[in-house]
Amino acid sequence: MSRLSLLLGLATAGLFVASLLTGPADIGIRESLSALFVGPADPLALVMREIRLPRALLALIIGASLGLAGAAMQGYLRNPLAEPGLVGVSGTAALGAVLAIHTGLSATFALGLPVAALIGALLGVLLVMALAGPRGTSLTLILAGIAVSALAAALMSLVLNLSPNPFAANEIVFWMMGSLADRSMLHVWLALPFTVVGWFLLGTLGRGLDALTLGEDAARAMGIRLSRLRLQLVVGTACVIGAGTAVAGAIGFVGLVVPHILRPLVGAHPSRLLWASALGGAIMLLTADIAVRIILPARDLKLGVLTALVGAPLFLHLILKLRKERI
Amino acid sequence: MRLLSIDRLSVSLRGRDVFRDISFSIGAGELVGLIGPNGSGKTTLMRAALGLIPFDGHSSLAALPENARARHAAWMPQAREIAWPVTVESVVRLGRLPHLTAMQSLGRQDHDRVDDALAQMKLTGMRHRAATRLSGGEQARVLIARALVQDTPLLLADEPVAGLDPAHQIATMDIFAEQAAAGKSLLVSLHDLGLAARHCTRLILLGEGRLVADGPPRDVLTPQRLAQIFGISAWYQQTEQGPVYQPLEVIR
Repeated sequence: MSRLSLLLGLATAGLFVASLLTGPADIGIRESLSALFVGPADPLALVMREIRLPRALLALIIGASLGLAGAAMQGYLRNPLAEPGLVGVSGTAALGAVLAIHTGLSATFALGLPVAALIGALLGVLLVMALAGPRGTSLTLILAGIAVSALAAALMSLVLNLSPNPFAANEIVFWMMGSLADRSMLHVWLALPFTVVGWFLLGTLGRGLDALTLGEDAARAMGIRLSRLRLQLVVGTACVIGAGTAVAGAIGFVGLVVPHILRPLVGAHPSRLLWASALGGAIMLLTADIAVRIILPARDLKLGVLTALVGAPLFLHLILKLRKERI
Repeated sequence: MRLLSIDRLSVSLRGRDVFRDISFSIGAGELVGLIGPNGSGKTTLMRAALGLIPFDGHSSLAALPENARARHAAWMPQAREIAWPVTVESVVRLGRLPHLTAMQSLGRQDHDRVDDALAQMKLTGMRHRAATRLSGGEQARVLIARALVQDTPLLLADEPVAGLDPAHQIATMDIFAEQAAAGKSLLVSLHDLGLAARHCTRLILLGEGRLVADGPPRDVLTPQRLAQIFGISAWYQQTEQGPVYQPLEVIR
């Protein structure tokens, strides 16, 4: 177990450095790393500190968030097909962002889009909690999440439908694919506080999720307060996913695939899976973000497109493996 | 000393009364069998007693805060749910959770307790196997071990021996009897009236939305009650090998 976390930690650190070293500007390893910390504010330092550092940091933070939230959601629902988007927050965050693009808010000030997305996430989580009720089961939570997601998707279609010109529609469609290109440290500082709160809320769920392995009744009889656990899960997921969607758009499949791959390596313990998945998510997103810059450097391949392209076949493979085991 | 007292407990689900005004209490050292036909409210009674569903009346257990309740009573639900392919040992260890503080991990004593329970339920040989790959009866034994490890004065189990082979049914009832002899108490719902008659110190019979009878097996399992509540006749005799009870036929 500790060997696994060491391995995942080292891979994450390595990929983080690799992400810092990847880009169109051809800079040597030592030069670029030293420009990150010391030296004058020359163009080289600017590239490292204002372009590559925020990009690598966001990949790390958002990847970890997606992995952690995915593991928590699967643990709570006791279903390996659950993913963080199930609570509907990514949908309402995207709706907020789309509205910001549509109204021109995103063009008038730099943080217009992410702030609108965060407001969308907040409204989404309030709506889901109101629909699911304070004492409901996991089933009511799923249904509430699906209802809110569907509503958000319908409203997004409406916005696209009514978009004033093809450029706005184009911008909306591209934003929804998810990307980390051209983000600044401002984005990092905006996402970080919510994300850290969310990590804390999700990261302390371990014991409750372990107990839930035996079902909701058994967990409650073991002293787990399920209504509190659910609130913690939904608010935590909303924090990390809301913040992630706000700065990077919708990035799918990481929260679904990563816990699934790592589960056998942690003895299927939901508590151990939490932090392993966080590291695994960071690894997957850092790798994908390096790949989009290497594969098609000139064409701005979108990060969400790549994770879906890689994630879907990987997931199919896992399903086929599972099917073979069952027979 | 009373480990559980239930006073005028009533539960209605969707406007229909499951049962009304059930009162009883359980002292130390009792192995109480909860019997009754399908739908008589055995599971509902235990869940209400634990405070897992809303009810009217009083249950001493439901009145406790969650943590204290988890250290006072263990609960083995009828649905044998094990969601992930964790090892048998890990499932059993979950029973120690109520005894740990927020950041504490299992200590020497906890591990010893887990080893004992695994040995008691004859699971030592399969402790490293994935619990989800065991048979239904084996899973039931794992979950019984999990409940034993919780080390509570009171244990509530919903049909713990359903699906077990005869040897394991008897062995499990013997383990429950040992626990009772050691001063703990158990409330166990059963469908096998033969096992109930032989092993329980006391039976509580539910039916017709109320508590029909409460007392030693031979006083509860009278022919007219069996006919009235279960609609069966039975042969019941005190033999040299203990009480023997055999249901015979349906009489309505």
